[in-house]
Amino acid sequence: MTYIRPKFRHPSAPTNDLGYTKREYEGALSTLCAGCGHDSISGAIIQAYFELSVPPHRIAKLSGIGCSSKTPTYFLGKSHGFNSVHGRMPSVATGANMANRDLMYLGVSGDGDTASIGMGQFVHIVRRNLNIVYIVMNNGCYGLTKGQDSATADAGSKSKAGSVNPFQPIDLAGLALELGAGFVAQSFSGDKPQLIELIKEAVKYPGFALINVISPCVTFNNNPGSTKSYDYVREHIEATATVDYVPLKTEITAAYAEGTGTDVEMHDGTFIRLEKLAAHSNPYNRLTAITALQVARMKNAILTGLVFLEPDPTDLHETLDTSEVALNKMTETDLCPGKQELENINASLR
Amino acid sequence: MKPTNINDPEYFHKVVDCQYACPAHTPVPEYIRLITAGKYSEAYMVNWESNVFPGILGRTCDRPCEPACRRGRVEEEPVAICRLKRVAADNKDDVRSRMPQIPAVKNGKRIALIGGGPSSLTVARDLAPLGYEIHLYDDQEAGGGMMRSQIPSFRLPVSVLNEEVNYILDMGIHVHFKRYVSSLKEILDQGYDAVYVGTGAPRGRGLELPGLVEAAANVHVGIEWLASVAFEHTRSIGKKVIVLGGGNTAMDCCRTSRRIGGEQVKVLVRSPFSEMKASPWEKEDAMHEDIPILENHVPKTYVAENGKLVGMTFEKVHAVYDENGKRSLLPIGDPDVFVEADDVLVAIGQQNTFTWIERDLGLDFDQWNMPVVDKLTHQSSHPKVFFGGDAAWGPKNVITAVAHGHQAAVSIDLFLRGQDLKDRPSPFTNLVSQKMGIHEWSYDNAVEPDYRYVVPQADKELTLADRKLEVELGFDLKTAFKEAQRCLNCDVQTVFSDSKCIECDACVDICPTSCITFTPNGEEEDLRHRLNAPAVNVAQSLYVSGALTTGRVMVKDEDVCLHCGLCAERCPTSAWDMQHYLYKVTKAGHSCSK
Ligand SMILES: Cc1cc2nc3c(=O)[nH]c(=O)nc-3n(C[C@H](O)[C@H](O)[C@H](O)COP(=O)(O)OP(=O)(O)OC[C@H]3O[C@@H](n4cnc5c(N)ncnc54)[C@H](O)[C@@H]3O)c2cc1C
Ligand SMILES: Cc1ncc(C[n+]2csc(CCOP(=O)(O)OP(=O)(O)O)c2C)c(N)n1
Ligand code: SF4
Ligand code: SF4
Ligand code: SF4
Ligand SMILES: [Mg+2]
Repeated sequence: MTYIRPKFRHPSAPTNDLGYTKREYEGALSTLCAGCGHDSISGAIIQAYFELSVPPHRIAKLSGIGCSSKTPTYFLGKSHGFNSVHGRMPSVATGANMANRDLMYLGVSGDGDTASIGMGQFVHIVRRNLNIVYIVMNNGCYGLTKGQDSATADAGSKSKAGSVNPFQPIDLAGLALELGAGFVAQSFSGDKPQLIELIKEAVKYPGFALINVISPCVTFNNNPGSTKSYDYVREHIEATATVDYVPLKTEITAAYAEGTGTDVEMHDGTFIRLEKLAAHSNPYNRLTAITALQVARMKNAILTGLVFLEPDPTDLHETLDTSEVALNKMTETDLCPGKQELENINASLR
Repeated sequence: MKPTNINDPEYFHKVVDCQYACPAHTPVPEYIRLITAGKYSEAYMVNWESNVFPGILGRTCDRPCEPACRRGRVEEEPVAICRLKRVAADNKDDVRSRMPQIPAVKNGKRIALIGGGPSSLTVARDLAPLGYEIHLYDDQEAGGGMMRSQIPSFRLPVSVLNEEVNYILDMGIHVHFKRYVSSLKEILDQGYDAVYVGTGAPRGRGLELPGLVEAAANVHVGIEWLASVAFEHTRSIGKKVIVLGGGNTAMDCCRTSRRIGGEQVKVLVRSPFSEMKASPWEKEDAMHEDIPILENHVPKTYVAENGKLVGMTFEKVHAVYDENGKRSLLPIGDPDVFVEADDVLVAIGQQNTFTWIERDLGLDFDQWNMPVVDKLTHQSSHPKVFFGGDAAWGPKNVITAVAHGHQAAVSIDLFLRGQDLKDRPSPFTNLVSQKMGIHEWSYDNAVEPDYRYVVPQADKELTLADRKLEVELGFDLKTAFKEAQRCLNCDVQTVFSDSKCIECDACVDICPTSCITFTPNGEEEDLRHRLNAPAVNVAQSLYVSGALTTGRVMVKDEDVCLHCGLCAERCPTSAWDMQHYLYKVTKAGHSCSK
C-alpha cells in the first residue's frame, strides 16, 4: 500500500487567486477503504476551499470519531485541526469559535457521531447558531466499528449481514430545520459538482450551515437492499435546483436579465444563485422546505441541493454580544483586568 | 470519442515514451527495473536484443529517448536512460551463454554485407543464428565502421568496442577486412543470394576558400583526420587549432586536438551557439576542456605566409529570420576577424559516395545520386540489394543504423524464404497484471522525487594527457540505483474495465496529476478542454472508456500519468489495474525472442 503521495502535480494545474494549486489544500493519503464515499467528500472539500481561495491557515477543521471523523487528516493539511471525542465535536467547536472568531470553522462528523452519541451536542450547536460549516458524512452505519446500523439507517434497509433495520431514521436536515438552522442542504458524495457548490456557499454563510451528505460505506453498507448504496442513491436522488456560488468579482447582471434565476446576497457581497427553482420547493420558506423534505421521504426520494436558506442569520457571537476581537489578539490587561474589576462585577451583582 | 482500442499493439507502446522514441524500440523501463534489482546481465541482454551495442550506446548514443522521457514533463530533467545502459554493460557477468546458438549446419543461403559498421553488424547478428552464411566486407582493418574510425577513444574505449563487435563476428561471420569494394557487380557475380549495403556516409566535405592551395598541408577534413588519429597514422597537431563546424564531429575534432598537442583550440561556427547541431552535452564537454566556441563567424580565407598556414579570416554575422522562420546570416559590418592557427580541421558535413556501384545493374538512383530505397523494407530497385544505416538516407547515428539493420534483416529473411516483404510480422506483445495483493504491486510503484544525478568524470589533467583515457567514469552502483529509481515505469499500464466501475470518483480524487475525469463524451478537441486538467499535449493520447452507468465516460489523459498505481489502489472494484506491457519489435525469424 502506498502511504506517500507522489510529489509531482500536473504541470498546468490551475491556480487560485492566492497563486496556490490544489496541492496546498490536500492532506495525507487516505487510509479509508478504497471507494469510500467519505473520500469523495474530502475531494469536494479540497476543491471548494481551493476555488474560494481561502488561505489554508485561516481554517480550523474539527471532528469527532469515526471513519468520517478521520477524514480531516486527508484534506486541508495546512489548516488547524482538532480530532475530539466521539460526538463531542460541537462543544469543542463552540469553545474554539468563541475564543477565536477570526478563523473559519469546518466541523466534520458521521451519522453515528452526530445522530447517536452526539445527538445531545448536535441539537444545541444548531439552536445556538454557531458560525460553522457542519458536514455529516452519512452512510447509515457505524463504519469504523464494522457497519452496525446507525440512527440514520432507513427503516427496512438491509445490512450487509442481511438483517433489516426496524427503527425509524433520524432526519438530520428536518431536525435542523425544526431547530431553526439558517442553512440546510443535502447532497450525495457521488455528485461532486453539486457538493462543491454547496460547500462553497456554506463556507460563505455567516451562521450555522448543515450539509447532510449521503456517503456510501463501500465495505459495510453498499449491498443490495441498503438505502445508502451507490446504486440505490443514484436511483432515488431528486435535486431541488441547480445552485451556483457567485464570487464577488463576477458580473451578475446578465443572468438577472434572463429572469430565470434568483440571486441571494451574502453578507460580504457575494451571491448564491439558484436556478430553475423546482416547483415544490422554495428554499426561503421554512414551511415549504419542511414539506419538501417530507414529500420526498414519502416518495422514497432523496432530496438534494439547498433545502433552506435564511439570508440574514444572527450567529452566536451576535446573540451573546461577544467582543469583536479574538481572545488571542487581546493583551494581558484586557484578558486579566485585575482584582478591582472583579470586585466591581461582584458588587454589581449584589 | 470512440472507446480506445487497447488491443492495438501501438496504443500502449506509445505510452512508453522512451521506448517509442528509440529507433530500435528498446524496452527501457524493463532494463531499468532490472538494474534496480541488481540484475545487470539480464538488463544487458534486454538491451543487446534490441540495440545490439549496449556498452557502446551507453556511452555514445544520441539518446532520442531522453527528450521524450515522461519525467521531463513532470519535473526538470529526464531519467539518465543512456548512462544507465552503460551501468548494465559495465557490471554484467559473462553473457556469451545467453546469446543465440549458431547452427553448425547452414541453410544454404549466402549473404554479403558491404561495410562493417553498426548497421551491417546488426544484420549479421540477426541472420547468423538463422543459419545464413554471412560475408562481411570492409576497407578498414577491423569491424565497427565509424564507431571505430570516428568516435574517439576518450568517449568509447576500444576494449568496449571490440567486445561488442566480436560478439557478432564470433557468430561465424566470414570477414574480409581491408577490402574496399570497388564494384557491386563483382559482389553480385559471386552468387550471393542477397547483398546488404551498409557503407555509411564516408566522405567528409572540404571547404574551398581563397588561400587553400598555399595552406593545404595544414587544412584537414575532420572525419579523415579523426580516422587517421584513431588508426594512429596521425599522432600530433599544431598548438593553435581552428575547428570549423558546429556538429558533433567538430566537437570530437576539437577535443581530440586538445589531447595530441593542441593548446589553443577554438571552434568557429557560422550559426548562433543555440542553433548548433552538436548535442548540448557535447558542447558542454568541449567548453569544459577550455575550448571556446565562437558563434556567428563565417570563414572567408585561409591565410598562409611563406607557403604555410598561419590562420584564417572570418566575417562576423548575425542571424535574421523571415516570416517563415527561414534563417539568413547577414554581416554585421564589423571588420573581418583574423584567428591564428597552425592547423585547421574542417568538420562541416559528410556525404555518401556510391561511385563503386555500377549504374547498369538495375539499381535506380535519384536526382541527388542516392539509391532509391523502400522506407519500410530497405529493398532497392534491385531485388537482391538492400540498404541501411547512413548509406540509405544520409548520416544519422548508431541507434538508427541498428534499427535499419533489424528491419533489413527481417526483409532479407522474408525475401530468401520467398515471402511478401510488405507483410511484416507483428511485434511481440504481452500485457500482465502486476497485482500481488489488495494494495500491492509486483513493481515498485513509489515515485521518487530525486533530481537527475550527474555522471562523474575523470580528472581533466589526466584525460587531456591521454587520448585513450575515458572521460566519463559511469555511475557507481549506488548512484545508478538512485537514478534508476527515478524511472516512472511507464510500461506498467493503467488498464480500465468499463463494466467494473461504480463511478465512486476515488481514482479521480487520488490521482496526483489529475489525469482522470468522468464526463459526458464529446469530440477529442472538446474533451481535451474540459478535463480536470487541460490535455494540451496533443502528442499524447486520451484513453476513453465506453459509456458507464450514468451515461458518462472515463477519460484519462496519458500525458503526465506517473504510473504510480494509486488509482488502482483506491479503486474498490479493481476497475483500474496496473498491467505490465512488454513490446518487442519483431526480429528476423524471431531469432532473439524466447
Ligand atoms: C566524428 C563522428 C562522431 C560520431 N559520434 C557519434 C556518436 O557519438 N553517437 C552516435 O550514435 N553516432 C555518432 N556518429 C555517427 C555514427 O558513427 C554513424 O551514424 C554510424 O556509424 C553509421 O553506421 P553505418 O553502419 O551506417 O555505417 P558506418 O559506421 O559509417 O560504417 C560503414 C563502413 O563501411 C566502410 N565502407 C564504406 N564504403 C565501403 C566500400 N565501398 N567497401 C568496403 N567498405 C566500405 C566504411 O569504411 C565503414 O567502415 C558519429 C559520426 C562521426 C563522423
Ligand atoms: C465514547 C465512544 N463510544 C463508542 C466508540 C466506538 N465508536 C467508534 S466510531 C463509532 C461510530 C462511528 O460512526 P459514524 O460517526 O457514523 O462514522 P463512520 O465510521 O460511519 O463514518 C463508534 C460507536 C468510541 N470511539 N467512543
Ligand atoms: S468502513 Fe465504510 S465508512 Fe469506513 S472507510 Fe470503509 S467504506 Fe468508508
Ligand atoms: S497511475 Fe493512476 S493515479 Fe497514478 S498518475 Fe497515473 S492515472 Fe494518476
Ligand atoms: S475508483 Fe474504480 S470504481 Fe471508482 S470511479 Fe475510479 S475506476 Fe470507477
Ligand atoms: Mg456512519
